[in-house]
This record gives sequence, C-alpha cells and structure tokens, in this order.
Amino acid sequence: MKILTLVRQVPDAEARVKITGQNVDLEGATLVIDGMDEYGVEEALRLREGGGGVEEIVALAVGPKRVEDALRTALAMGVDRAIHVETDQKLDPIALSRVVAQVAQAEGAGLILVGGQEADWDSQALGAATAERLGWPQLTWTNELQLEGDTLTGRHDVDDGNESFRASLPAVVTTQQGLNEPRYPTLPNIMKAKKKELRKDDLGQYGAQPAVRVVNSEIQTRARLNKMIDGKDPQAAAEQLLDLLRNEAKVIA
Amino acid sequence: MILIVAEHAGGKLAKSTLEMVTAARQSGREGPVTVLVLGQGVADVANEAARYADQVLVADLPQLANYNAEVWAAATAQIAQEGEASTVIIGGSRSGREYAPRVAVKLDAPYLEDVIQLSASGNALQAQRYTYLARVTETVEAEAPVIVVTVKPGSFAPAAPAAAAGEQYDVELDLPAPRVEVTGKSVEKSSRVALTEADVIVTGGRGVGSPENFATYVEGLADRIGAGVGATRAVVDAGWRPYAEQVGQTGKTVQPKAYIALGVSGAVQHLSGMGKSKYIVAINKDAEAPIFKVADYGIVGDVNQIVPALIEAARK
Repeated sequence: MKILTLVRQVPDAEARVKITGQNVDLEGATLVIDGMDEYGVEEALRLREGGGGVEEIVALAVGPKRVEDALRTALAMGVDRAIHVETDQKLDPIALSRVVAQVAQAEGAGLILVGGQEADWDSQALGAATAERLGWPQLTWTNELQLEGDTLTGRHDVDDGNESFRASLPAVVTTQQGLNEPRYPTLPNIMKAKKKELRKDDLGQYGAQPAVRVVNSEIQTRARLNKMIDGKDPQAAAEQLLDLLRNEAKVIA
Repeated sequence: MILIVAEHAGGKLAKSTLEMVTAARQSGREGPVTVLVLGQGVADVANEAARYADQVLVADLPQLANYNAEVWAAATAQIAQEGEASTVIIGGSRSGREYAPRVAVKLDAPYLEDVIQLSASGNALQAQRYTYLARVTETVEAEAPVIVVTVKPGSFAPAAPAAAAGEQYDVELDLPAPRVEVTGKSVEKSSRVALTEADVIVTGGRGVGSPENFATYVEGLADRIGAGVGATRAVVDAGWRPYAEQVGQTGKTVQPKAYIALGVSGAVQHLSGMGKSKYIVAINKDAEAPIFKVADYGIVGDVNQIVPALIEAARK
C-alpha cells in the first residue's frame, strides 16, 4: 500500500504577516511545513514502522518554487520521494483537490494524509474535497490511528466530543495535534534526502482552475484599550478590574 | 432557492441555524429561504424552523439518525440540484466544514468557507473570512449558478421569527450507506454554558500552576460570574483539562463579550481562537507576555493572589 502525504508551506506562526497591495506578502517571512501536515508525514512514517504493510510514502506539494524546501523537509524526515507541481497560480482548496485526487490515482495511493486545517487558508476543505473526488470515505480531525491490513481504526474529534472509528482503505485522513510528535530530520537524513527523487510536474496537465478569487486582504487589528492595573496590591487590583468590567465595559453584572 | 441545512441537537434547532437564516436574507442571493432538516424524529425541529424560513424541507429517515459526512453531503447535494439552489448555506461547525466541501465538489460549485459576511454583487457572491490564523481578513468572490458557503458561528445575529410560518414538505432521498463505522463515542459534557455561546469566558493557561489551582481559580471565578471555562493547548496537552475546553487554532474559536485569560502567555495559535473577543482581560506575572499586547485590561501579578481577591470582590 502506498501513502500520499500532502505538504503545504506556510508562514511560521510567529512570523509577522504583511499585506502589499491587496494580498498577503510572504517576502522575507520565515516559511515552514504546515504543522498540521507535518503530523501527516510523521504518521505515514509511523504506520510503516508499525508494520502496516506500507510499501512507499510519497509527499506531494503544489505551489511556487520555494515549496521545494517543505518537500525536502518531508524527504529528510523519511518519505521516499516527492512530487512538486510547480505553479505561481493560487488555487483554492476545491481546485487543489483536483490535482491531489489525480496524483493519488496515478500513484495508486491507498491512503492520503493531509492537515486538518491549513495555517494560511484557515481552511478544512482539502481533505474532504479530495475524498469526494476520489469517492473515498474521510476521517477528519484524527488524533489516533492504526492500520491493520486494509482496515483503519482510531479516534477523531466530532462536534460534541470524540468517536472511535473503523473504515476500510482507500481513505483520506486529516491530521491534527495530539496524533503524534513529529521527528526532527537528522543531518545524515538531510544529506540522504538530497539524493531522493523530487519530480517536477506542470500544473497544466491537471486542468485545475481556481473558482474563488481573492479580492482583498486586510490586517484588521482591533484597537485595544491596553489599560494596565497595578498588581502589587491584589485586593485593590481586583476591585479596580471588577469596576472596569462592570461599569466601563459593562460585560458582567 | 437559498438552501440552508439546519443544525440541531437534542430535538432543538441550534442558534447557528438562525444565524444562517440571517446570512441568507442579507446575502442578496435569489430565491426563497429554505431550511432542510436532516435527521430522525425531527418533527419538532422542523416546526421550529418553519417559524423562520419561507419553506422547510424535511427528511425524517432512519438512515439520518446519526450524522455522517458522505450521507449528509449526498442528501444536501440532491436537494440543491432538485431545487435548483443558487446558494447552499451550511454551518461552520466541525461537521459542517467536514461535509460542505463534498457538496461543493458534487455540485461543481465554488466553496466559500467559514465566512463572517456575505453580499451579492450581480451574479457574484462576495464573502469575508479570516485567514493566516485569523490575523488577516480576506474578501473573496465567486460567480457561479450555485455556490456553497459555510458560515462561522457567532458572525450573524440570529433571525427573528417571520410573520407567517413557512410551509413544510417531506422530501425523498437516495442515500449511500455510511462507510465509516463508529465503534464508540465519548461526549464531553459540561454543566457550564457552552464555550461558543458564552458571553464571558475565563480561560486558564500553564501560568495557573496546577490542575488543582485551575479548579480553584479558573473554575472558581467562572462560577462566581456565570462564565464558561476555557483552557490553552498547553494545559490540555498536560492533561489538566479536557480537549473540549481548548480555545485556539486546533480547539474552539470563541468571540465572547469578555475573555478573561489567567496565566495565559498568548501564543499566536491561541490568539487566533479568541482574538475577536470584545474585551480581553489578561492576568499574568510575566509583564512581557504577548497576551498583554491584545488586552483591554491587564494586571501584571500572580494569579494565585489576584484571582482569590477577584472572587471575593465579585461576591460583593
């Protein structure tokens, strides 16, 4: 069985986001593998190490040239090879799922792992849209996963708590915190990764067109009052805060 | 028609459904506002929905007793196609955002996800949504015969009942068998007000010190002022509190009138889940904690000293 793991490149959570013109400008920002996708890469490696009959792990990324760095990280973590669909065009998740589904089919993947919510789009759509295109079931917000033969079992979060599940491959699993602790690439593995295959594809061959256009982006920071209360006298500080909450903000009775 | 898929639980319509009715009416998209009720034994929910919508479509079927992404997507897409919906509106809950993309693919429709504002301009639909861990507000636009939208909870005012009750119609559906088998379920119940509906939230971070302190100070203050209880990821990872209380990128997004953060440092991932709160209060002994940058009221001090005084003062 072959696992396809999706890798996206996003600004580091601590990086400052800036807007140039109407769009987010990533020039100069520190870019990293999306943490949510990193859980997916790690989980693929663990499923193989756990003896789940995993023949090959392939990482896929779609995006500009720089996205290679995220794929190199995945290769250094231990995936076998990478596919980079290089494009400067921005695809929405529904359009992107068209590419992912076609790659999954061409590769004969039995399991797709993808982050539960991307840190740039704040979207949860990619896994579900890919599953629908392939006609596969999906398991979202997974925080525990086992593979035996072609049966997946595990646990995932739902609206009002969590559920244990069982499903058969092929399937799409979206990953999140708590699933595992991703490993750091070691120097020897980083060196080895340089020799691994990183195939370049052209977006044109997948016929994916965005259906959603970004009209404008703004950084809206709400002006905060930033009133600091001296905490040296806890009693006085507590009373002052309570007074502000009751009489200025009017948020408590 | 504008098709809204009702969110409901325990035989009651969720507030999010009324918020979606408002979004539909404000959107300027064409057609009667139609609520689709999926489930089993949902007559009460359908009657309630009829007070707000132009019409209600009811699928009361045993196959719909439990939510399943593939089944819900199939049901929604069939009704949208048969009714020639211009817009399909689904709740921005975990489940809604799980099956809505499947509906979009089935209908070959653009998908606007987790939106906070909607307006039609000609044949196009414009929406606002947060991106980059809620640091950016993006305006997006799509133009198509049918567009699928999920609405972020708490972004629209709940609709008031309409003058006349909408007509109800039973619908037939051709549904797939669910392929994911649920083998166990654990429902996280809390006696307190639900986090996403609370006007005031008291949240504790690692700075609170221990699970015992969390119970004494965070829960103690929340109970005193009738607030919901939240926790940071660090606290949940440490096993002090259940995941259901987690606020942030991987937990819940909340937007209360007041958010009181006790011993919370204010990581970006946490801010993305609570940064839109009306008033933010921070109590932390580290004067450099990033949470103070977004706070309306801040106290640099020890939670263990300030909070007992606060609980005591709130008694008066």
